[in-house]
Amino acid sequence: MTFINYASREINCKIVYYGPGLGGKTTNLQYIYDTTAPQAKGKLISLATETDRTLFFDFLPLELGTVRGFKTRFHLYTVPGQVFYDASRKLILKGVDGVVFVADSQTERMDANIESLWNLENNLKAQGYDLMKIPYVLQLNKRDLPNIISMDELKRELMRKGEPVFEAVAYKGVGVFDTLKAVAKQVLVELKKGSG
Amino acid sequence: MSNSVVMYEAEYQQIKTVIAKLCDDANAKMVFLVDKNGQQIASHGEIGNIDTTSLASLTAGNVAATDGLARLIGEKEFPVLSHEGEKDNIHISIVAQRVILVVIFDERSSLGLVRLRVKRASNELTDVFESIVRKVEQHKEQGVELDSPFAEITDEDIDNLFRE
Repeated sequence: MTFINYASREINCKIVYYGPGLGGKTTNLQYIYDTTAPQAKGKLISLATETDRTLFFDFLPLELGTVRGFKTRFHLYTVPGQVFYDASRKLILKGVDGVVFVADSQTERMDANIESLWNLENNLKAQGYDLMKIPYVLQLNKRDLPNIISMDELKRELMRKGEPVFEAVAYKGVGVFDTLKAVAKQVLVELKKGSG
Repeated sequence: MSNSVVMYEAEYQQIKTVIAKLCDDANAKMVFLVDKNGQQIASHGEIGNIDTTSLASLTAGNVAATDGLARLIGEKEFPVLSHEGEKDNIHISIVAQRVILVVIFDERSSLGLVRLRVKRASNELTDVFESIVRKVEQHKEQGVELDSPFAEITDEDIDNLFRE
């Protein structure tokens, strides 16, 4: 849910990175954090277990600049990918403006991708959203690994609506900003529609 | 987007006045008002170098998780959360069902005093938020277009946001 503050001339949007466990959601945020100028970012908050698995969420506030005199901030969240954290995932989707699905390209993770995508659609529905209508980008991560499924096959299995698709190697930053830019653009275009 | 939350100048000033008064009356260190989705609306007090954006996001996460817990055991919500530290304490309450009021206080105040002052401030804030809702609805009915920064946004504006 975009928050437009006419008093302080700020717009805040919420983007959620979703996907199966160990797929690279946190790595996306970490890369964005590491490579963004200090004045444009806040702290990266990670609520993780002792073994660095996301427990509740990661959070990174990002200030992109001004649009027509309004400061534009994106709040990036990840969800915990592991199946049994479903209650937490539902909470984090509240008020979402755009979703990035980070899929794991490895052959053995295909079932986990499909399960997680199904879970995303259901949890969005539970919050009153429709995946077919909200800003959405598909990222195919881990393209540098040897045992991966071809782009064509992944697209066939995971694409839902002609959404933008990006190949990524998140820890090296490949595709990370393209993904973010694509989803942010859709969110802003959606805002434009709403105000037109 | 139809489900956007908006904040107008007049109501923003009213909110700032209410939380400043609450901060004084409760002898608190800081008072924050946060949207349930984790976005900060206003703050007052000895903010110092506290990371207010993270505070807002974590508060909302905390409230969301506690709400989830409440529903699990058949409660509608736990409207007040209180955390006690060695020096500082946090009092968190829900206002008008959609915003979170956070009061941070130390030994100069007490939980009883904070609770008392929060009650009155909550009523005043509820009035302000109801007035915002009425305003938005009125604007919709009258077809008033807000001075939206997005009505005239161009692809170039969006691309510029991402230029190094």
